[in-house]
Amino acid sequence: MGRYFAIRIGRAALTIVLVVTFAFIVLRLSGDPALMILGPEAPPEVLAAFRKAWGLDDPIWAQYFDYFGAIAKGELGRSMRDGRPAIELVLERIPATLALTLPAFAFKVALGIPAGIYAALHRGSAIDRAVMMTAVAGFTVPSFVLALLLVLVFAVQLGWLPSGGQDSWRHAILPIATLSLGGAAVLARFTRSAMLEVLGQPYIRTASAKGVPWRKVVTSHALPNAAIPTVTILGFMVGTLIAGAVVVESVFAWPGVGRLLVVAVANRDLAVVQCILLLVAMTMVTSNLIVDFLYGFLDPRLRAKGAHA
Amino acid sequence: MVPLVSIAGLSVAFSGVPVLRGVDLALQKGEALGLVGESGSGKSVTWLAALGLLPRHAQVSGSVRLEGREILGAPATALDRVRGGRIAMIFQDPASALNPVLTIRKQLCEALALHRDLQGNAVKAEARRLLDLVGIPDAARRLEAYPHEFSGGQVQRIMIAMALAGNPDLLIADEPTTALDATIQAQILELLSTVRRELGMAMVLISHDLGVVAENCERVAVMYAGRIVEQAPSNQLFADPVHPYAQGLIGALPPLDGPRRRLTAIPGTVPDPAHMPSGCAFAPRCTLAAEPCGLAAPSLAPIADDRSVACIRAEASRRALLGIAAE
Repeated sequence: MGRYFAIRIGRAALTIVLVVTFAFIVLRLSGDPALMILGPEAPPEVLAAFRKAWGLDDPIWAQYFDYFGAIAKGELGRSMRDGRPAIELVLERIPATLALTLPAFAFKVALGIPAGIYAALHRGSAIDRAVMMTAVAGFTVPSFVLALLLVLVFAVQLGWLPSGGQDSWRHAILPIATLSLGGAAVLARFTRSAMLEVLGQPYIRTASAKGVPWRKVVTSHALPNAAIPTVTILGFMVGTLIAGAVVVESVFAWPGVGRLLVVAVANRDLAVVQCILLLVAMTMVTSNLIVDFLYGFLDPRLRAKGAHA
Repeated sequence: MVPLVSIAGLSVAFSGVPVLRGVDLALQKGEALGLVGESGSGKSVTWLAALGLLPRHAQVSGSVRLEGREILGAPATALDRVRGGRIAMIFQDPASALNPVLTIRKQLCEALALHRDLQGNAVKAEARRLLDLVGIPDAARRLEAYPHEFSGGQVQRIMIAMALAGNPDLLIADEPTTALDATIQAQILELLSTVRRELGMAMVLISHDLGVVAENCERVAVMYAGRIVEQAPSNQLFADPVHPYAQGLIGALPPLDGPRRRLTAIPGTVPDPAHMPSGCAFAPRCTLAAEPCGLAAPSLAPIADDRSVACIRAEASRRALLGIAAE
């Protein structure tokens, strides 16, 4: 069991290093931060001074090692725009993002999983077809389209809700709705197929054949098995809590991590972008680790494999 | 005497395609009946339908009586008491027949809690006793194990233990040894006949293996294309099959003793359920088929005290049989 997790934690650390490396290289090859921040009209000597101050003249590998050296000391760099530590800028935005993504996650689970189970248990019924049609619509419509549609209906036409900003809880409703609907659709479809797969298994028939009432066949025989694949997608959703709202925050002018990322990328504010990506990679990897752990908990076959691995 | 189970005119169709076309079968208390026939002949479907275990889109009609009480279409609560409590069923593929995420104890005790008036420690003690009974060594420790920690033969033993948990009057064993090694097969069959003898339980052994049925059952029913075409005491069926299909099946078996002979094969293939021939379903493959065979499907009619056959040539066969008896 210990080895099982040691291997996974090692792999997780490697993933984070790779993500950060990739982001580091791509950002440095995709444009000059000096030009982006100071503007093309800035005098050449100012640009040169800026580059020298931020170490942008050094060879990329030297910058890379400096960067990792700093991370090892717990320094994630400073924003090139206002000189504040990047981590500070990012951390102060996280509550705003979580204010959208956490309730959205709760709604996704509360809507998607029961809808998927119900649809599977009533396969072919009108409700099943309705759930599946909504689900297909839910994940084929991109979130910015859904966001604009909701704004059009509830803010412009009906005037019930504000179309953007962060002044009150009412401002959060449309962004949360946008995030929830798409996720709930994905989850409903996933849960339904996981459930159908399980309901077709011979052990379900065995349970019925020994006289277990159908309701209990579903709850104590089918659901624990269907939970195994469903946990995968839930883990993925947890991984997007920090930065899963880039588009939605932009549409609704919500000052969260997502919008910070968009602005920082546009400005090539290297330290800020890298800091966000590091954070995203860490949440993703952590939620994956939790999923691995849950697999072991939910599926005794994997537990056994882990013990022998 | 009211039979333990009597099935009459049981028919099943999947989206309009008939797979079971009027099955009549009666089973006495404590009797061992073999049900043989090719895959798709309706052996398993008969019992899945009787217990209401078919998917909802299956259209089932006819009558299934348990000690005279109709159970076909009975309310779910009544069926749940019959399943496992009166009639238990075990299946072909042991590897997937047990829930992979629940311990053996959970699955066994669930059956015990449903059908037996046992509380607390008595449940676990009974579960241990059942595992002992079916020959799982070290029962107390093995109860906490998961299905994947057992071999196929052991899982089938556990399935049998689970089936016995409700003290059923009838055990349906649906190809219980098909997925197992030959040596394990013999052990499982031995176990089945031992527990049946000890508990005085009736058994239906579904198999496509005539040898298995001959050894373990007193009576055999032969199914073809969703119907029973012949039923008879095992020894009589094997000695003197009357229906041409039964003759064909037995002719295809190598004899264990006596002179070597050429094995015969039944020509043709099983008809597609969606395109059943009119009249006798076996007629297109029957070497003895005559014109009347294509007109109407013959019904299962008695030809002797405990024998019945669905074949228009049965009358001639019966006379032949009586002739033999008179000699």
